Amino acid sequence: MARSVKKGPFVQEALLLKVDRLNHSNEKKVIKTWSRSSTILPEFVGHTFAVHNGQKFIPVFCTENMVGHKLGEFSPTRLFRGHSGKLAADRKAKPE
Amino acid sequence: MARIAGVDLPREKRVAVALTYIHGIGRPTSDRILGESGVSPATRVRDLSDAEVARLRQVIERSIRVEGALRTEVAMNVKRLMDIGSYRGTRHRRGLPVRGQRTHTNARTKKGPRRAIAGKKKATKK
Repeated sequence: MARSVKKGPFVQEALLLKVDRLNHSNEKKVIKTWSRSSTILPEFVGHTFAVHNGQKFIPVFCTENMVGHKLGEFSPTRLFRGHSGKLAADRKAKPE
Repeated sequence: MARIAGVDLPREKRVAVALTYIHGIGRPTSDRILGESGVSPATRVRDLSDAEVARLRQVIERSIRVEGALRTEVAMNVKRLMDIGSYRGTRHRRGLPVRGQRTHTNARTKKGPRRAIAGKKKATKK
């Protein structure tokens, strides 16, 4: 279910403020953030965000294509290394 | 022979149903097309006049995306998700469900037929 247009996209206010400040001073700095639910706005394009995934910060460089997605979509929270077993052990022994 | 958007329509069916053989057209869209072009939905495909077929073709070409064009659009949308490295993109890449469904069991539509896992014990009935 899509969000109401009336409300507009959700962005953490502090984050938006920081981006605005960087845009005003024409700076490019990595912005550390925990706000995974913030929408990527057109203003964010070209900036890099360090998005927390629960353990560490994943650098996310915003491009035009990403506008409308949430920051969290680019910072995976789960790590799947594959199932155990003979096949997995073989793969581990000689990685290509 | 009624050939619309590169698809041969089944000759024995009513147009309303026959149009749904085109990728991108279901019943509601089919009904709308017939309304717009003024063709009765009850006519059989073999009874369509050339003028009616032409009108149907015109409406479809003007108003909706079907077949190849639609498939390309969907593929492009998926490709975009994969290219930007989003979670949904990686799910597409791995052939797993994209919208948060469980994968512990089920999800067979996306994952395909079960693959046997070597060395896994079969559950025995008591």
